[in-house]
Amino acid sequence: MTDQTHLMPNAHAKSNAQTSRPTRSRAPFSLDRLPGAVTGWLLSLPLALVLAFFLVLPIIMIVIVSFWGATEFSIYPAFQFDNYEFLLTSPVTYQVFLNTIKYAVITWAITLVIGFTVAYFLAFHVRSLTWQIVLFLLCTIPFWTSNIIRMISWIPFLGRNGIANSALISMGVIDEPLEWLLFSDFSVILAFVHLYTLFMVVPIFNTMMRIDKSLIEAAYDNGATGFQTLTNVIIPLTKPGIMIGSIFVVTLVMGDFITVRFMSGSQKANVGRLISNDIALLQYPSAAATAVILLVTVLIVISVLLRFVDIRKEL
Amino acid sequence: MEKRPRSFYVLASIFAIFLVFLYGPTITIAILSFQGPQGGLTFPMRGVSLHWFHDLFQQQAVGDIWGSFARSLVLGLMVMVTTVVVSVMGGLAFRKRFPGSGVIFYLIITSLVIPSILVSLGVGLIFSQTGLSVHWSTSGFGSQLTWTLPFGLLIMFAVFNRFDKSYEEAARDQGASAWQTIRYVVLPIIAPMLIGVALFGFTLSYDEFARTLLTAGSYNTLPLEIYGMTTNVTTPVIFALGTLTTVFSFIIIGVFLTVVVVMRKRQARLGSDAGQGMM
Repeated sequence: MTDQTHLMPNAHAKSNAQTSRPTRSRAPFSLDRLPGAVTGWLLSLPLALVLAFFLVLPIIMIVIVSFWGATEFSIYPAFQFDNYEFLLTSPVTYQVFLNTIKYAVITWAITLVIGFTVAYFLAFHVRSLTWQIVLFLLCTIPFWTSNIIRMISWIPFLGRNGIANSALISMGVIDEPLEWLLFSDFSVILAFVHLYTLFMVVPIFNTMMRIDKSLIEAAYDNGATGFQTLTNVIIPLTKPGIMIGSIFVVTLVMGDFITVRFMSGSQKANVGRLISNDIALLQYPSAAATAVILLVTVLIVISVLLRFVDIRKEL
Repeated sequence: MEKRPRSFYVLASIFAIFLVFLYGPTITIAILSFQGPQGGLTFPMRGVSLHWFHDLFQQQAVGDIWGSFARSLVLGLMVMVTTVVVSVMGGLAFRKRFPGSGVIFYLIITSLVIPSILVSLGVGLIFSQTGLSVHWSTSGFGSQLTWTLPFGLLIMFAVFNRFDKSYEEAARDQGASAWQTIRYVVLPIIAPMLIGVALFGFTLSYDEFARTLLTAGSYNTLPLEIYGMTTNVTTPVIFALGTLTTVFSFIIIGVFLTVVVVMRKRQARLGSDAGQGMM
C-alpha cells in the first residue's frame, strides 16, 4: 500500500488547518478533529456490522450446529462428533469431494485458456480504447443477468431433440442422438464454463492493460518471437490477474450446487448438493458438518492461491 | 496504421465464437419464447405467437410471478442503495490503515469466496434458532449484502488507489472541511464509478439465488420463483419469463451505462479531467 506515504502530508495539512483557523471548529461534530483510527472505525462500522451479522455469526453458527444431533423432525443441541464421524467414514463423501475437485480443475483449465485468449485479444490486438471498452462490456454484460436463465437456455441446445443433435444428424456426423449432451458431466462443465469464463476475462484483461507496452517492444527489439514474448513477458506479468480469476472460478465451482443439480438432472453430485440435500431433509447438523469441511477445503485452496498474489496491491 | 498480423484474425474469430457461445443460448430462448401454442421446448417452431407471454399475465397454477418480481425489484433497490453507501464509506476508511483494517479486509475476501449456500444455511439457522422468522427484507437482504458488498468495496478500493489526492489537498487548502471536501470534491469525481457499484448492487441482488434460498422465507424472490418453475413447468412459458427478465436486466444495464457515459461527457465538457485514468 502506498497510501501511508501519500497521507503523511495530508495529515500535516490537516493539523495546520486546525491551528491556523480555529473558527472552523465551531461545528459541534467535525470529522477533522477525530484521530485517524476513529474515523476509520466509524466509516467502516456499517461494513463491519454487516459482515459480523451475516458472515461471521453464520459461520460460527454452522460450526456449532455441526456438533448437534438431529432426529427426523428436529435438531437438538449437543456436543458430539457423530456428524463428522459419519461423513469421514463414508466412501460417498470422498467420491463427492473428488467429483467436486474434478469439476473445479476441468472448469478452471478451460476458463483459463478461453479467458486468457479473449483478454489477450482485447488488450493487445484491439487498438482503440473505445472498441476495447465496447468489446469488454459485451463480455461482461451476461454477468449482470440471471444465472438460472442462462442455464435454462442450454436446454433447447442439448436435449435429445435439441439443436446440437439435429444439426449433427443432418450433417451426417451421427445416426443416433447423443445421450450425453444433457444431464451429464459434459453439460455441467459446459454450463460452468459458460457462467464463469468472464470471471477469468475481467481480472486478466485488467492486469494486461497495465503492462507497459514498451516492455513488449523491447522484447521484440531484442529479437524475441511473438511466442517468446508471450511466455517470457506477458504471461509472467499477467500472473496476478490469472490468480485472481482462478480464485473466483475455483470457489464458485466448488461452492456451487444449483448448476450441478440443474444441468445434471440430479444425476451427478458435488459437495454443494450434499449440503442442499441434507437441508431438504432437515438434517441441519449433518449439512453443517459438510459445510464446515467444504469451507475448510475452499479456504485452504484460496490461501495457496493467495501466496502467488497480493490482492491489495492489484486493485 | 500498420498492417494487422495474421494472429489478429485468428484471435478475432476466437473472440467472435466466444461471443456466440456467450449470447447464443440466450438468443435461442428469446426466439423460442415466441413459439406457437402447440410448440415445445426446442425447435422446430410451431407457428409464431405471443401465447406464452400472454400466459405469464394469466393466473398461474403455481407461484406468484408478478409478486416475486415486485419483491425482487424492491430488494434490489434496497441492496443497491446500501451497497453504494457502505462501499463508499468503506472505501474512504481503507485509504488509511487503521487497527482492525486487515481483519476487515480478509473478511471481505472471505465473504467473496465463501460458498453461497453456507451463508444461506448459517443465516437461516441463526434466525430459526433465535425464534426470528426469515423474511426477504431482513435475512434475505443481509445475506445478499455479503455478496454485493465485496464487489462494491473492491471497486471502491481500485477507485481510491487511482484517486489523485491533490484535488482534496486543494480543497482543504482553500478551507473546506473534511465533509465539504468529500461532498463537493470527492463524490462528484467518483460519481461515474458509484453508478458502476450501483449496477453491481442491483443486478447481483436481482439475480441472486443461493444466498436467498433459505433466507427469503415464505415469499419468493424472482430467481427462486423461476427455479421453482424449472421443476414443474415444461412449456415455453419459462422461456418467455426468462426472456422478459433478461430484457429487463438489459434495460437496467443500458440505463446505468448511459448514465455513466453522460456523466463522463459532462465532466469532460466542464473541463474537468479529475476522474481520468480511473476506468
